[in-house]
Amino acid sequence: MSYQGKFRVWRGDDTGGALEDFTVEVNEGEVVLDIIHRLQATQAPDLAVRWNCKAGKCGSCSAEINGKPRLLCMTRMSTFTEDEVITVTPMRTFPVIRDLVTDVSFNYTKAREIPSFTPPKDLAPGEYRMQQVDVERSQEFRKCIECFLCQNTCHVIRDHEENKEAFAGPRFLMRVAELEMHPLDTADRVDSAQESHGLGLCNITKCCSEVCPEHIHITDNALIPMKERVADRKYDPIVWLGNKLFRRS
Amino acid sequence: MARAEIAARTLRTDRWWLPPLTTFVGLLLISIYAAFRTFQGDYYWVDQYHYLTPMYSPCLSEECLPAAAHFGRPLPELPGFLTPPVIILPFLLGFRVTCYYYRKAYYRAAWMSPPACAVAEPHTKYTGETRFPLIAQNLHRYFFYAASILLLINIYDAIVAFGTGVGLGNIILLVNVGLLGAYTLSCHSCRHIAGGRLKHFSKHPVRYWMWTQVSKLNNRHMLLAWTSLVFVCLTDLYVALVASGTISDLRIIN
Repeated sequence: MSYQGKFRVWRGDDTGGALEDFTVEVNEGEVVLDIIHRLQATQAPDLAVRWNCKAGKCGSCSAEINGKPRLLCMTRMSTFTEDEVITVTPMRTFPVIRDLVTDVSFNYTKAREIPSFTPPKDLAPGEYRMQQVDVERSQEFRKCIECFLCQNTCHVIRDHEENKEAFAGPRFLMRVAELEMHPLDTADRVDSAQESHGLGLCNITKCCSEVCPEHIHITDNALIPMKERVADRKYDPIVWLGNKLFRRS
Repeated sequence: MARAEIAARTLRTDRWWLPPLTTFVGLLLISIYAAFRTFQGDYYWVDQYHYLTPMYSPCLSEECLPAAAHFGRPLPELPGFLTPPVIILPFLLGFRVTCYYYRKAYYRAAWMSPPACAVAEPHTKYTGETRFPLIAQNLHRYFFYAASILLLINIYDAIVAFGTGVGLGNIILLVNVGLLGAYTLSCHSCRHIAGGRLKHFSKHPVRYWMWTQVSKLNNRHMLLAWTSLVFVCLTDLYVALVASGTISDLRIIN
């Protein structure tokens, strides 16, 4: 079954722009990215959209559909009614390049600020041995496809541009947690999570988890455990005393 | 480079305002009820069946009814309008207020920071939990310890109430401690203490097992937070109604 769907797509660049109305054919089984491609092919050949795999695995086609941060390729048209106007806009948190394409280099800057995996000095590559139960927690975070929808949704930087310098965002605080929980990582990541990556700015309102297309429990399994580790280190005299008494590092 | 020029606060078309509104109204109603019952200072003990409402347990000050004071009355009479629950309330409130779920709930519903995902918050400045007073949220684990002790006392109250037979009140008290226990155990701090803080689960199989069990409960932390909160109020209401003679307890044995 086909119908003529009503769309509003943001067109413009960093000097300005606006929502433009389009009517585009929609066929059964299609996703929003299919419609954007049809729009490009039939009415707006210069419409810019970033995409790659069309399978929810590359993290390229992040945008906002009816105000909700989502992957264009994973949003089925069947979730909307035929008379609904569907608004497609670029991610708000990042500078726009053109139309639906944003400059996500903020995220690469933040990624570089995290010291890489630091194995024990006496362990050569090839000698790493780990139990499955020890790496399972980190493995959940490896499902991340770096679509940056969590970064885009997080109000800490979405609503407060000035926090971008101090705050790494959920994706990269999760990266810190991944390394902190890694059984062979020896770097101290607890102090830096708070002091260098802005963990204290997170108020655990869970929007990062809500929009994650990989359904990673970012808040419950990464951010809150990191907050608890910081509490161990900084706000818990009992843990401090235990470490002193039993000479734990 | 600048962000895309979109003036609307949000382009969401769903009823994004409904969950924060529901949460706000729910928390407000429960707060009003709890405040009323706290300062009422009466109808907290059913002498005939030994039902003690969890809101007044333990009852530690001089004005407590002697039979309701399971652990004696070591504290003098409280001045002015203060009633016995004000001694334990800071710990119970502290546990709920610093709870990772409730934080999400009231940051969204009451402080609108943010009201919903991808809906702009009204504040011009945001410092999160980096400074006083919100940095005190890090004390959650201490409130967890305190709430655990109070939970043990509630369990004791529920058990001793069986000394007079079995009634609907006994079952309500039992379900109440079951829900409070599940909520307390599902706490994120509990999950961390049980085993979450370990780097090598394989070296600590018992704590790993404990962590997996707490994690299962933790998945339902929000559900348990609400059901336990509402059920505490219902338990209190039942005890108050029986204690005031408004209804009589439905007896099963005796």
